Amino acid sequence: MKRIMNILLIAVICLAFAGLGTASAGETIVVKGSTTVLPVAQAAAEAYMKSHSGVNISISGGGSGNGIKALVDKSTDIANSSRFIKDKEIEMAMAKGIYPVPHRVAIDAIVPIVHPSNKVSDLTIELLSLIYQGKIRNWKEVGGPDLQIVVVSRDTSSGTYEVWEEKILNKAKVTPRAQLQASNGAVVQAVSKNKYAIGYIGFGYLNKSVKPVKVNGVTASVETALSGVYPVARPLFMFTDGWPVGIVSSFLNYVVSREGQDIVKKEGFIPLF
Amino acid sequence: MKRKIKEIIIKNIFLFIALVSIFILGLIVVFLFLEGLPIFKVVSFKDFIFGLEWYPTYDPPSFGIWALIVGSFIVTFFASVIAIPLGVLSAVYIAEIAPPFIKEIFKPVIELLAGLPSVVLGFFGMAVLAPWLQETFDIPTGLNIVNASLVLALMAVPTIASISEDALYSVPQEFKEASYALGATRFETIAKVIVPAALSGISTAVILGMARAIGETMVVLMVAGGAAAIPESIFDSVRPMPASIAAEMGEAPFRSEHYHALFATGIVLFFLTFCFNLIADYVSHKFKEVGSATL
Repeated sequence: MKRIMNILLIAVICLAFAGLGTASAGETIVVKGSTTVLPVAQAAAEAYMKSHSGVNISISGGGSGNGIKALVDKSTDIANSSRFIKDKEIEMAMAKGIYPVPHRVAIDAIVPIVHPSNKVSDLTIELLSLIYQGKIRNWKEVGGPDLQIVVVSRDTSSGTYEVWEEKILNKAKVTPRAQLQASNGAVVQAVSKNKYAIGYIGFGYLNKSVKPVKVNGVTASVETALSGVYPVARPLFMFTDGWPVGIVSSFLNYVVSREGQDIVKKEGFIPLF
Repeated sequence: MKRKIKEIIIKNIFLFIALVSIFILGLIVVFLFLEGLPIFKVVSFKDFIFGLEWYPTYDPPSFGIWALIVGSFIVTFFASVIAIPLGVLSAVYIAEIAPPFIKEIFKPVIELLAGLPSVVLGFFGMAVLAPWLQETFDIPTGLNIVNASLVLALMAVPTIASISEDALYSVPQEFKEASYALGATRFETIAKVIVPAALSGISTAVILGMARAIGETMVVLMVAGGAAAIPESIFDSVRPMPASIAAEMGEAPFRSEHYHALFATGIVLFFLTFCFNLIADYVSHKFKEVGSATL
């Protein structure tokens, strides 16, 4: 019996110290949401925590919708989002007394990609739209080889898809025969292994295994996206409840500072300045 | 007296623990229905199940999951076509034919296969099987029904083999002895006595294997391709229900129509696996071989 008491005592003391430990570690910022913004938030948080000891930033993905959901539930301080908040979400937030404030942190350009062996290197928005609607089904119709086109799209609720729908499809429906991939990485994987395929990804996910396609003759790059010449680009947001104060405000200021924007650039996105 | 009280306390603790798990399960089902049913205010039940168009984020949206249901059934069907013979025959081999030392190796290895994480199998399907299928059959995409069925079959085989083997093993020794005594060969004994006697167990194994395949998420999300259309050939991509739920739930606005529609898809899936389990339960009781006479 005495031994059990001793063990319990030790456990209690340990817990007490653990409590002290976290208390002395200072404030915590919780960040949730879009997987597109995730790499930026992660890198910025690491750098921020290095220069501000005592601040703990916990980051998780889950998608723009889940991030805003978490902001409404008050389970996160910052909601990352690759799209602007929807009217319905604002209503939901207002009903709970939450006032979502958007902060633009970076610009993301969406790039159409094909297999490296594909000769097609320039497509207009109209052609891309027709391909995604399933009205152009063969590469030879757009100056490529005589091969069927395999359309790779994202799940219809992803932020990347929404930009594509808005900028390319102009509200037309994607062919139901389009393949669905659940992430940017999966699209790269699918297109890099398939010479029939066309897909689209965030600029940050572009690598040597796939070939980017020009849109309306414009190559996606930092310069063209920033100047607005590249037609398929979108801003990325971090949402807070009300105007941020204290540590959250300090972190957001860091993200939009020169240093923070260098991180944005390094992660493959397009910095605001 | 004290012992008796102790006995009662222990009994009640166990009852309580059992009730807690049942209660939690019940709550999950209630939650599933609460979140799923509101969609039927927007679309009729018939349009939801048999609707051909799944465009949940358009304006106006269309919530028809027929293509997803067909996708689920078709990959489950082909997976069963592959997995049932493989699973049952390996069970027969392990239970009746294999010498003891081979049995000692095979059984644990097959059971180990059941423990393979589905994401690993999915990755295998995506990175190895898909390019191979595409090269070999010269088809536009390797992420299709055949690929998904093969990987799902790989997942169902351990379930089917392991439960079938248990069923075959529990066929009374006397049946076998009687069969041999009547002059039957080994093959005749297996095909006409042992397998029929274990049929209820084997059927249960098959149904549970199929239930596993229809509910599997990661594999179909990664290798089925995800086209929400009725397939025209076995090399077309499909989007089974679990894949659709997993891919879209993360971004669906909380309590939106899309969110409710995904939960309603979950209800359909729940009913399907529930039916599979009911059938398995029924079969295992109905056709149970009862008793054996010995001298």
